[in-house]
Amino acid sequence: MRVSTRSISIVLMGALLLGIVVAAPADAFGQSGPSAHRSITDNRFEWPTWSSILRVATLRDHNTRIVVLGTTLLGLAAGLVGTFAYLRRRALMGDALSHATLPGVAAAFLITGEKDLTYLILGATVTGVLGVLAVLAIRQSSRIREDAAIGIVLSVFFGAGLALMSIVQSTSTGNAAGLNQFIYGKAASMIKSDAIMIGIAAFIVVTGTILMFKEFRVVCFDQDFAASMGRSVVLIDLMMMGFVVLTTVIGLQAVGLILIVALLIIPAAAARFWTDDLKTMTIFAGAIGAMSGWMGASFSALLPKMPTGAIIVLTAGILFLFSMVFALRRGILAEAVRRIRLRRRIALQHLLRAMAEIEERTGKPVSVDSAKLLTMRSWTQRDLRRLTNRAKGAGLLTRKSWTELELTKLGRTHAQRVLRNHRLWETFLIEHADIAPSHVDRDADEIEHVLSEELIDELERALEAGQDIPPSPHDDTPDTARTMP
Amino acid sequence: MSPSRSPDHRRVEHDQVHHDDDAPLSIHDMTVAYHRKPVLWDIDYAAPQGKLVGIVGPNGAGKSTLIKACLDLVPRASGSVRIYGKNYKSQRRVVGYVPQRESVDWDFPASALDVVTMGRYGRIPWCIPPRKDDKEAALHALNQVGMGDYAFRQISKLSGGQQQRVFLARALVQDARVYFMDEPFAGVDAATEAAIVTLLRELRERRRTVLVVHHDLQTVPEYFDDVLLLNMRIVAAGPTSSVFTEENLQKTYGGRLTLLTEAAEAIARSV
Repeated sequence: MRVSTRSISIVLMGALLLGIVVAAPADAFGQSGPSAHRSITDNRFEWPTWSSILRVATLRDHNTRIVVLGTTLLGLAAGLVGTFAYLRRRALMGDALSHATLPGVAAAFLITGEKDLTYLILGATVTGVLGVLAVLAIRQSSRIREDAAIGIVLSVFFGAGLALMSIVQSTSTGNAAGLNQFIYGKAASMIKSDAIMIGIAAFIVVTGTILMFKEFRVVCFDQDFAASMGRSVVLIDLMMMGFVVLTTVIGLQAVGLILIVALLIIPAAAARFWTDDLKTMTIFAGAIGAMSGWMGASFSALLPKMPTGAIIVLTAGILFLFSMVFALRRGILAEAVRRIRLRRRIALQHLLRAMAEIEERTGKPVSVDSAKLLTMRSWTQRDLRRLTNRAKGAGLLTRKSWTELELTKLGRTHAQRVLRNHRLWETFLIEHADIAPSHVDRDADEIEHVLSEELIDELERALEAGQDIPPSPHDDTPDTARTMP
Repeated sequence: MSPSRSPDHRRVEHDQVHHDDDAPLSIHDMTVAYHRKPVLWDIDYAAPQGKLVGIVGPNGAGKSTLIKACLDLVPRASGSVRIYGKNYKSQRRVVGYVPQRESVDWDFPASALDVVTMGRYGRIPWCIPPRKDDKEAALHALNQVGMGDYAFRQISKLSGGQQQRVFLARALVQDARVYFMDEPFAGVDAATEAAIVTLLRELRERRRTVLVVHHDLQTVPEYFDDVLLLNMRIVAAGPTSSVFTEENLQKTYGGRLTLLTEAAEAIARSV
């Protein structure tokens, strides 16, 4: 079953790849997008028209098709391999790598004298890998930590690249003008062969990640354990970094070397908010990456003056922000809701315990005057009213008159359990943790609500407690103990 | 006891040593250094078959390093290690490992079952995903440590003791003959402590050898048949009843051995 999903995804990728080749008519090479007719000095910012939005969204133009496919595949590959780079905390290594590609691009151009993407990417790969090796060498042979090593390599290689670029600009005869796109990214300059190259690389990365999933997972989680089982951590890391290198160099043209690292980190970080399962996270990251690529390229087709890399990364950033806030699993909102629920449960338990304490003192089920409850804790009349309404709604108490409250049978069971947990914890603190009886009430107040069944069992064992509620270990006059200083 | 001799000289020496072929673990003349700073000096040891062995010593005594050096996880400056008479590389399948709980990030996206299944990865070839029987073995191991109900729980939502039991279950599915456990009792609740002790005794009944780094001196005589008292070198090793004495503990934890630490630091500084 699992094998079939793997093969399906591989076949899908192949079909996608084929799609680029077939969909591209031969006459359309080298078009440079909607900006072709405008002059460089034209500084007006033009909002796209509805018809142009429709054209881009439906992929009607051949060129848009190529660019969108290329960046989508790039985003997919970056999201997948980025998941593991992120979990292995190698994401910033990708930044050193991408910046270190610049001298390679410039040098390749200086040597070959032409703007052939194959040579440029080859050069980028060579110096990029050199950059990574430099980081590792600095870390191994000195006491400099990795973050500093990355900073050093990143800036020095990038500086060397800029210097070489200025030589390129001054010596060559104008045809070097497009080299800057490697810094900022320009997807619009992508042609069919570029898209195919991205497609092939994406295919390798996707297939490789699927095949190496088990190895990547164990090395990311526990490298010592992986090594103890005989897995070569170095080899697995090498493959992971290899995929990162591949994704980076093919992404240079579209996204640019400054921002390409974002496509490795952001989709993975965004996907983490949605799930606690690695497989799901990987798929989500791939999808978020692909979506960023697609939408980024579409937007940049509509706003030709904006660098594509920036728009792709901004799109990814918006998806990240959305995930951070709205993700159901670990998003901020979901967590806030959980926190509010917990706070409400705690408040409710406070109310129940207060009522149980009053009943305990009178020795029988009684109606409780809410004025009396008001003195038990530092809560306002409004708090109390809201709380009693909620408790009434949950069937935990009934209102005898405007001020008189009484626990229902269900409410009493709850209340006595809460009180018992509270007392057990108080007793434990006094007997085993040597905390003064005058302090235990407040300490127990915070903990009794989060005690799990397992912990309560353990507490009972430690105290050799029976099923009844232990008596209060401290003077129980209200206000003195519970009013916060 | 003379780290000044050249490493080459030492290597010639111990290639000719006879290792105890029947011992689950035999270490000969092992020295380990981190960044040139020696942390273990001249370790000679043979573990008894089918016993529970406690590795005991103060902080920084090199207990974890001893285990890691045996498992080829840190390089040895000199010396050799044999598992049932052969080197570790060829004996991985008979060795199980429980690293320190703090050594991994428990916020990793994985369920308890995912982590335990990793124990089977060693016997699955590269690029092949784990199969149903691997998952079943993992589930069985989780049940053995009383964690069956938590199989699909995200590992960050488990308590410290439960996380430790997940690690133990992962070692169980390795189905090893020799186990190395790094502080399995550190920071666990009473229920987990009891579960681990039961588990260790079960392993002993099945004739497994277990070496356990242990912190709590009080429980040593109760839990372990053998002890290895360690403080950068082996102070004493053998049956708990004869070795775990006031005098040996004094030697292990007492002040006199600080000279070793100072010497090690001097070596590290001398570069």
